[in-house]
Amino acid sequence: MLSTSARPRLAGKARLRFDRKSTRYMLLYPEKGLVLNPTGADILKLCTGEHTVAAIVEQLAAKYSKAAAEVEPEVVAFLQTMADRGLVQDVP
Amino acid sequence: MTEALRPYTLIAELTYRCPLRCVYCSNPLDYARHDAELETADWLRVFREAEDLGVVQLNLTGGEPLVRDDLETLITAARELDLYTNLITSGIPLRRERLERFRALGLDNVQVSVQDVRAAESDRIAGHRAFERKLEVARWVKELGFPLTLNVVLHRENLDRVADVIALAERLGADRLELANTQYLGWALLNRAALLPTREQLDGARAIAADARQRLRGRMEVLFVVPDYYRDVPPACMDGWGRRFLLVSPDGLALPCHAAHTLPGLRFDNVKDRPLAEIWEQGAGFNAFRGEAWMPEPCRSCDRRTVDFGGCRCQAFQLTGRADATDPVCTLSPDHGLIDGARAAAATPSQTSVHYRMARPSASGQP
Repeated sequence: MLSTSARPRLAGKARLRFDRKSTRYMLLYPEKGLVLNPTGADILKLCTGEHTVAAIVEQLAAKYSKAAAEVEPEVVAFLQTMADRGLVQDVP
Repeated sequence: MTEALRPYTLIAELTYRCPLRCVYCSNPLDYARHDAELETADWLRVFREAEDLGVVQLNLTGGEPLVRDDLETLITAARELDLYTNLITSGIPLRRERLERFRALGLDNVQVSVQDVRAAESDRIAGHRAFERKLEVARWVKELGFPLTLNVVLHRENLDRVADVIALAERLGADRLELANTQYLGWALLNRAALLPTREQLDGARAIAADARQRLRGRMEVLFVVPDYYRDVPPACMDGWGRRFLLVSPDGLALPCHAAHTLPGLRFDNVKDRPLAEIWEQGAGFNAFRGEAWMPEPCRSCDRRTVDFGGCRCQAFQLTGRADATDPVCTLSPDHGLIDGARAAAATPSQTSVHYRMARPSASGQP
């Protein structure tokens, strides 16, 4: 499981791209692409290897005016799904 | 045009030329007749028009794209358009310095194919001594920091070595492994007797791939594509005709798939004659098998018609002579006996020879 002290970053094969047609961000990787909802895009934009999961949670909570405790399970679950798909990695 | 008909991926077949002669090549049998290749400026316009239509993924393929000496220009243009750019290559001919240039230009991913895990067998399928060189190229890909996709086409000669293929992909540090069973169209259909595996072989390999997918989760994506011949219902070929994919052939035909121009009675436009958006939206060939009006029974009243879109048009034509037939892979197809027959033949071993991809037309003048 991804811990809150992990510093996730996008995998080398994955790239964010803003899509004019859907006005959403897409995460592109070989042969595939995911259309992200605004929250997903906000989280992945912070996956640079600099921010801990805890810091990402704080930023999301601030942006959406919610409690960190409320946001954390969603952020962790989303990042875990991305990690399982090899799209996000933990910087050691 | 509805959102459902947006092309997301442009498959740019830059050339049909290739130093390899694989017995299951996906280029059409008469590829040598299409020898007038688009020029650099044509491709640059195609990329721009495709991006404007909604394309976000670009596959640079062929033939062997490396034989084009304008690949650097094409990669540069693709990245300026922010296309996710994937080079699909045999790795031959390539020097490390050129791959380094591709890296500097922003190429996103490199897919290298090998034909087997053993040099002799791999080279026999490719009709070219290339295996060791391919491994070297795959190592360069990783050393230079690219993500690596390893693609291995499977068939009865190599399916029993799938565990070794997975081990090879792990040793190379592949990010994605495509275990793609041969689909029996074109050259592969010509060589079907030599290539079609038994169900036991396929099931064994599939189980090994499923284990590897679990074990390597998060590190290496393991894809196992079953041959249509061992499905009971067809998959959605190309995600449906003219729905998500746009292919441009070396000589400029805009197509829904690799072999659509071999179907009789269809008219496909050339990107040199018409804007790409017009071809995609209004082209006669693109609209021939969109929707459901063209469908015969049992497709027309079938619940799966919006899932598999009637299956593969090229497979239907190559097996039945009718491009608008239900894909014979479907157990509901009146022609499904053709598939059962091929499976039965695969279960009965016999001596077969193979046809290498070659430019020479046969005596009848037909491919």
